[in-house]
Amino acid sequence: MSDDLRLPIKSDADVVTARQQGRELAARLGFGECELTLIATAISEVARNIVEYAGRGEVVLSLTDVNNSPGIIVVARDEGPGIPNLELALRDGYSTHGSLGLGLPGARRLMDEFEIVSEVGKGTTVTMKKWLPRHTMRFPLSPRR
Amino acid sequence: MQVPILKQGDYLIASVQAVLTDTDLLELRDRLTEQVGTYRARAVIIDLTVLDVMDSFATRTLRALAQSLRLRGAATVIVGIQPDVAFAMTQLGLQLGSVATALDLEEGLELLRRQERRGGSHVR
Ligand SMILES: Nc1ncnc2c1ncn2[C@@H]1O[C@H](COP(=O)(O)OP(=O)(O)OP(=O)(O)O)[C@@H](O)[C@H]1O
Ligand SMILES: [Mg+2]
Repeated sequence: MSDDLRLPIKSDADVVTARQQGRELAARLGFGECELTLIATAISEVARNIVEYAGRGEVVLSLTDVNNSPGIIVVARDEGPGIPNLELALRDGYSTHGSLGLGLPGARRLMDEFEIVSEVGKGTTVTMKKWLPRHTMRFPLSPRR
Repeated sequence: MQVPILKQGDYLIASVQAVLTDTDLLELRDRLTEQVGTYRARAVIIDLTVLDVMDSFATRTLRALAQSLRLRGAATVIVGIQPDVAFAMTQLGLQLGSVATALDLEEGLELLRRQERRGGSHVR
């Protein structure tokens, strides 16, 4: 599918836009409220890392349907400083900025697939996927959104 | 979007809106800290009912806020975290630590009143 949504990320407002757009796109595919929140939260984490560590970058959202299994793909990429040690960066509690160090390992847990490529001085690309569950299990729906 | 803060008796009630940027959250932190002094509030309730996402930044900021309000003598109760948001927080590994929580605004107020009747130990 070619209806990619490219969202420039350079401020905290862009982080909110990215997670809202991700939620909307995933909702169109039929994800339930609970998965939508997982997806939006994961997007929030990787988009914030762009703002925080690279200053600018982009989030690309797209839908996929390989082998009849529909899902959403989130790519967060930047040309920032890169990550010297990915193994460390993916560890719970590891942060170079005195933060909680849960963004990357947490996003990995929230999504079904998670891949990160990074080169020092070149940038970082995180690719995450979430597949639509066969029987979409719905959490108690709240009418708020 | 600025988070409205309501004064109700000795309490301040902040109703977080659906769209909450990091800037909004930091601004809320500063205004609450200030208003606790201005109004001599004894407790702050932060209502997250309509919040779409609680991520690491929001969690860290709210925890720090509760801690600094406590140093100013005010209790903090976070209310309204929705089931899906709570589930995502758990998956992410986020914890609110010693910050008091309640199901909704009504329960939050009840929690504070109960603490007050007991007169002693504070809600943290
Ligand atoms: N896009 C990026 N570019 C450069 N470094 C990054 C990027 N994303 C993450 N990092 C590095 O990886 C570390 C871990 O990231 P992670 O998001 O897990 O934690 P954090 O951002 O430090 O804290 P939290 O997300 O919990 O607030 C960061 O401290 C940072 O050093
Ligand atoms: Mg992070």
